[in-house]
Amino acid sequence: MPTVPHIVIEDLTVQYRVKDNTVLALEGVSIDVPPRSFVGIVGPSGCGKTTLLKVLSGVLKATRGRVLIDGRLIEKSDLSGKIGHIFQRPLLLPWRTALGNVLLTTEIASKEISQRDRVADARRWLSLTGLAGFEDRLPHELSGGMQQRVSLCRALAFRPPILLMDEPFAALDEITREAMQEELLRLWSATESTVIFVTHSISEAVLLSERVIVMTVRPGRVDEIIDVPFSRPRGEELRGSPRFTELVQHIRHKLRGVPGELRAAS
Amino acid sequence: MRYVARLAGQAGVFTAFFLCWEALVDGLRIKPVILPAPTLIFSTMAKNWSYLLDNTWPTLFAVTGGFVLAAAFGFVIAVGIAYSRWISEMTYPFLVAAQVLPKVALAPLFLIWFGFGLTPKVVIAALIAFFPIVINTARGLGSVEPELIQYMHSLGASWREVFFKISLPWALPYIFASFRISITLAVVGAVVGEFISSDNGLGYVINYANASLDTDVMFGGIFALSALGVILFLIVVLVERMVLSWHVAVEGIPETM
Repeated sequence: MPTVPHIVIEDLTVQYRVKDNTVLALEGVSIDVPPRSFVGIVGPSGCGKTTLLKVLSGVLKATRGRVLIDGRLIEKSDLSGKIGHIFQRPLLLPWRTALGNVLLTTEIASKEISQRDRVADARRWLSLTGLAGFEDRLPHELSGGMQQRVSLCRALAFRPPILLMDEPFAALDEITREAMQEELLRLWSATESTVIFVTHSISEAVLLSERVIVMTVRPGRVDEIIDVPFSRPRGEELRGSPRFTELVQHIRHKLRGVPGELRAAS
Repeated sequence: MRYVARLAGQAGVFTAFFLCWEALVDGLRIKPVILPAPTLIFSTMAKNWSYLLDNTWPTLFAVTGGFVLAAAFGFVIAVGIAYSRWISEMTYPFLVAAQVLPKVALAPLFLIWFGFGLTPKVVIAALIAFFPIVINTARGLGSVEPELIQYMHSLGASWREVFFKISLPWALPYIFASFRISITLAVVGAVVGEFISSDNGLGYVINYANASLDTDVMFGGIFALSALGVILFLIVVLVERMVLSWHVAVEGIPETM
């Protein structure tokens, strides 16, 4: 298994052209992502969160600044087979069963492992996410939450050192979303991956992350970096605790441009 | 039970149609040369069944030949259009112009180029069947979620892996939709070819009977032709259901055209 890299984003600026206008999607973004950490990026729509993920996955080039992985400039080839993606929509292959969809990534990225072991492993991931018994169902026979679980298994199955998650639970109802958040934490503690998690839900970012990056909109800039003090495992009790609510409130004020009461007090 | 009721209803429409026709011919005393009654047509077909069957094979051959050619060339060109912006931009106006052109109008020309017999029939059938396949296949290949393709490439997938694991299955529902359209168009093409330059096939039967005012034989040819078209269409639908069982389950029974 590849070692978990240390990702450093330095002064990242991304500009692109839309018709005759140049859009400044990101400006001077610097983020340090230690190995095995869980970093949440929160901000309103249009703050360049998705752009940031695209740069990290090597699809988009930086206009200025750089992304270093273990001190080396990223190249697309270095990242090959190292990043698991989870998108807003499950994006499963409708003709493959749940099991077949989980196998997709390992078929490509883990060819050295025998087919039998890959199938056994995929089954294990499915049962870890509560999908035992649903292995042979097609995506359209599964609920939205179950589909997103399959998508999560697909990303985890090839044990990528980096997981990029782009608002993965945004399309789910609240109850399913909360269950998925706790599931993700459980799964993550069992893996070695570094997670970069983009969301526009503040409480989600606080609950999941060790470090929350608060971003502003147009251009996307880092407004504040918050190290979340809560110990793990985090679950139901934390959601209701006053310290949790306070931190969420603080970030909310930050995003709305209102001076935070918390900061005024301290 | 609902399935049986639906089938009975569908058969009922056919029966009602032929009954009205029969009554109309009887009631108005229409001469068989103008419009033969269905009973006369069916008895003529029964009497001449071997003649009709002998002439079904050349038509079937021309239709399938034209369809297979159209599918093969159409697929290759669609792949070019889907994966090369340059090819797509360069060829699209030409394809649209060619599609708008009534291919039937080219049939007399093919008589000059390819002479008498099978070749012009196959060429016309292929030409008519070609465009829906190109356009649908290109659209299907182009409709794959780009994020999924990027994901696959980020995993180190080769072009072939992406094509066969993702793009091609993704495009198959589009491709089969075009096959359903094209198989019926190929029948039209083959018959036009037989009208103009052939001494066999159901198109020839219709044309020849027309010249000798054997209207009942003409109708026999037409009925045989539509039966052939329906059977070919059903074969395509059957293959589609076998290959795309997942898609039929998602989308329901495909609409017929």
